[in-house]
Amino acid sequence: MRPVAVLASRVRYEEKRIFAALERRGVPYAHVDTRRFSSELGGGAPGGGAAGAGPRYAAALNREISHSRALYASMILEARGVPTVNRSDVIAVCGDKLRTSLELERAGVPSPRTAVALTPDEGAEAAERLGFPVVIKPLTGSWGRLAAAVRDREAAQAVLEHRAALPSPLQHIVYLQELVDKPGRDIRVIVAGETVVGATYRYADGWRTNAARGARSEPCPLTSALVEPAMRAARAVGGGILGVDLIEGPGGPLVLEVNHNVEFRGFQDAHGEAVDVADAIVAHVLEAA
Amino acid sequence: MTQTCPECEGPVQLAEPVRLSEVAQCADCSSELEVVGLDPVTLALAPEIEEDWGE
Repeated sequence: MRPVAVLASRVRYEEKRIFAALERRGVPYAHVDTRRFSSELGGGAPGGGAAGAGPRYAAALNREISHSRALYASMILEARGVPTVNRSDVIAVCGDKLRTSLELERAGVPSPRTAVALTPDEGAEAAERLGFPVVIKPLTGSWGRLAAAVRDREAAQAVLEHRAALPSPLQHIVYLQELVDKPGRDIRVIVAGETVVGATYRYADGWRTNAARGARSEPCPLTSALVEPAMRAARAVGGGILGVDLIEGPGGPLVLEVNHNVEFRGFQDAHGEAVDVADAIVAHVLEAA
Repeated sequence: MTQTCPECEGPVQLAEPVRLSEVAQCADCSSELEVVGLDPVTLALAPEIEEDWGE
């Protein structure tokens, strides 16, 4: 069997678990550090192999932490005929909150009320119409960075003035969401293809419940009220190995975002031996190969 | 496995098996470190977090 490529420039707890799962299953693999990845167009390698020889890798598992490198690595390998998990179109959708929201809207997935404005000035008007408190988030970025909860127009204007002063035009697009009064926690559901691997509650003192900010994870029972919107969200963005974040709204779970590069240390610690996320990821990659 | 932090020379514990590109943190000076060589195991300061890094 040709090896499975594991793309990663940082080998964290998650990647070590994935390597171990591959080894347990006897799957040949190659760790590809994207910092040392280049490809000649019109030629073959990497991933493509020699002309007529077919792709070098049976499949590629993309664990690259840099969004740009992850996106283009999947794009290049796909062009070389390598099945990638996740695909570049999924990475592109999940890496942009507006694109994610548009796909969730198209699929009718329940989500918090969301607005977008194409200039910071209009962002203040959109916040007013949405009603305070609102969360102003950057379109791209992770771990809750640069997301601001604002409770009145003055605070919104201050945040938006800062955004207007930033050099990137992307920062001038304003993405806003209602701040749902959640019970001090959110829910992370991990999906691998058509399989729901499991769910955790993530508790935090602040309004941001990202594991990267020290949120505490505990097992969450998988109910149909949770599985159904999580699977619909995963399918809406194109499927793959995904972390679907939900919050408990007054009318039921609302999908907040879908992550394409799932960190699962907190999740794995919470579930112990009951769930093996790395093995579920490997199983899905082998299905794609 | 114990290695020496290239920043403060404190001891850094690495869980076996040690992997290339593995990240670790020095308990003494909190530097984030990367395994840049396996034979012998070599540590260097890890790159700064970039804007597009994340989940």
